[in-house]
Amino acid sequence: MKNKGLTKVDLIFEKVDLKEVLTKAIKMSSDEIIQQVLLSGLKGRGGAGFPTGLKWKYASVEKEPDKYIVCNADEGEPGTFKDREILDRVSYKVYGGMAIASKAIGAKYGIVYLRGEYRFLLPQLMKELESFHKTIDELGYNFRIRYCLGSGAYICGEESALFESIQGERGEPRNKPPYPTSSGVFFKPTSINNVETLVTVMMIIQHGAETYNQLGTKDSRGSKVFSVSGDTPTPGIFELELGMSVQQFVNEFGDGDTKAVQIGGASGFCVPRKKFNETVIGFEGVPTGGSMKLFNSSRSMYNVLHNYLDFFAEESCGQCTPCRIGTQQLLKGVQKVKKGEVKSTYLNEMVKLADTMKIASKCGLGQSVGNAFRTIVENFKEEIIY
Amino acid sequence: MYQAGNLVKKLAEKHGRSRHSLMPILQGIVEKHNYLTDEVMVEVAKELEISAADVYGTASFYTFLDTQVRGKYIIRICKTITCSMKGKNDIIQTIEDMLKIKVGETTSDKLFSLIETNCIGWCHKAPAILINEVPYTELTSEKVVEIIKGYMQK
Repeated sequence: MKNKGLTKVDLIFEKVDLKEVLTKAIKMSSDEIIQQVLLSGLKGRGGAGFPTGLKWKYASVEKEPDKYIVCNADEGEPGTFKDREILDRVSYKVYGGMAIASKAIGAKYGIVYLRGEYRFLLPQLMKELESFHKTIDELGYNFRIRYCLGSGAYICGEESALFESIQGERGEPRNKPPYPTSSGVFFKPTSINNVETLVTVMMIIQHGAETYNQLGTKDSRGSKVFSVSGDTPTPGIFELELGMSVQQFVNEFGDGDTKAVQIGGASGFCVPRKKFNETVIGFEGVPTGGSMKLFNSSRSMYNVLHNYLDFFAEESCGQCTPCRIGTQQLLKGVQKVKKGEVKSTYLNEMVKLADTMKIASKCGLGQSVGNAFRTIVENFKEEIIY
Repeated sequence: MYQAGNLVKKLAEKHGRSRHSLMPILQGIVEKHNYLTDEVMVEVAKELEISAADVYGTASFYTFLDTQVRGKYIIRICKTITCSMKGKNDIIQTIEDMLKIKVGETTSDKLFSLIETNCIGWCHKAPAILINEVPYTELTSEKVVEIIKGYMQK
């Protein structure tokens, strides 16, 4: 496999002329914008990786006159903090991305759903929003953005739970289909995009899809903002070109004693040292919304797993049985194995349960609990049992 | 217990009386009074012409919309993995010793509540807490004592 190595880039936080980019976008037709974004190969930066251009295409063909652009700023995945930094430093690029999206799908309204934990940013964000509204008014473009705040629920990062929350309901995910592009917030056609995705769109319109395409690999185009934490001498936020191996990442960020990297947060995958070389960070290997946690050999992977399971048991919305009961039973199960109350083969039963949750759970929360569970249990069995 | 006065009415006027305004109204009450009483939830229900069960249903879903008594300053300490690895327990111990309360409790003068919470997005500067909406990061025991002293003098 062709490997591009680890390259730092500076596009997300780079200063741009908002007016210039928007002037260009407004002159483009909806189809032209969608074509550019499709050409760029951009996949959603929140973690799920759905092609952004395709999402916009689906939303653009809906006949309903009221459509919405929702910016998902409910960044709750453990180990992810890049969206906060993006909003803090370049919120005007997020708003700009929303305006471009609105032009693409034909929406007049935008909503930013900001997690309650980031409420302290709101006064500054509102001020910047005011100046953004002035800019688009000067350009004669009709579009308005408003804020909705979360109140401490991880599940509201799931798109349909987020819509429910905006509508004043419990944040319980909906059945799909219908998908948000036909029935989203207020049951109107909606494109919901991650903070970083929207900023990336600004970049694509500014530089053109072809320039953007030169970054990254065939399956993972462009660059990505990573949130690096755990056992590292340099925790923080780094924008890197996609396509590096975990080994290259660890060479740069590890403390020399890294035994595992958790990629994609609690709902992501654990990569042990012996697989660092062969694992690519990106859609051809292990995808991530940006969360990169390094663990050195002083850490107990039992504690890591227990912490994640405790997190999921608390954050499961409780609506569907596989997830509500499954998260609790996995947590109890690892405790029993650790205490020696059950045989270690019980772990195999639990892997089966995690697999069932993947198939039977209603939303991404329950479906992804098994990712961390399976990869930690399989690679660090001794640490879970003894 | 507190008297909300005309706060619910004011919030309903500001945000509108539709069901879609429920979150900002509840958030507005919590911002002022730190938690939701049964009485205030019934009042919200009347104001929006929805059932009190609907209001309670929404409120009880969200960890930041507390339905039990909380202090004026709610200290939320992150317990997720990185904060946990970087000494969250020492910070809890320090706060517990200082305020003479355990996690989940509120001081008798109703000034502070201490609660554990899930990832608040400061893993690169762990351990971290929120006091109401303000984050404090890269904490040490000495640092957290100074921060809480500051709130005591407010």
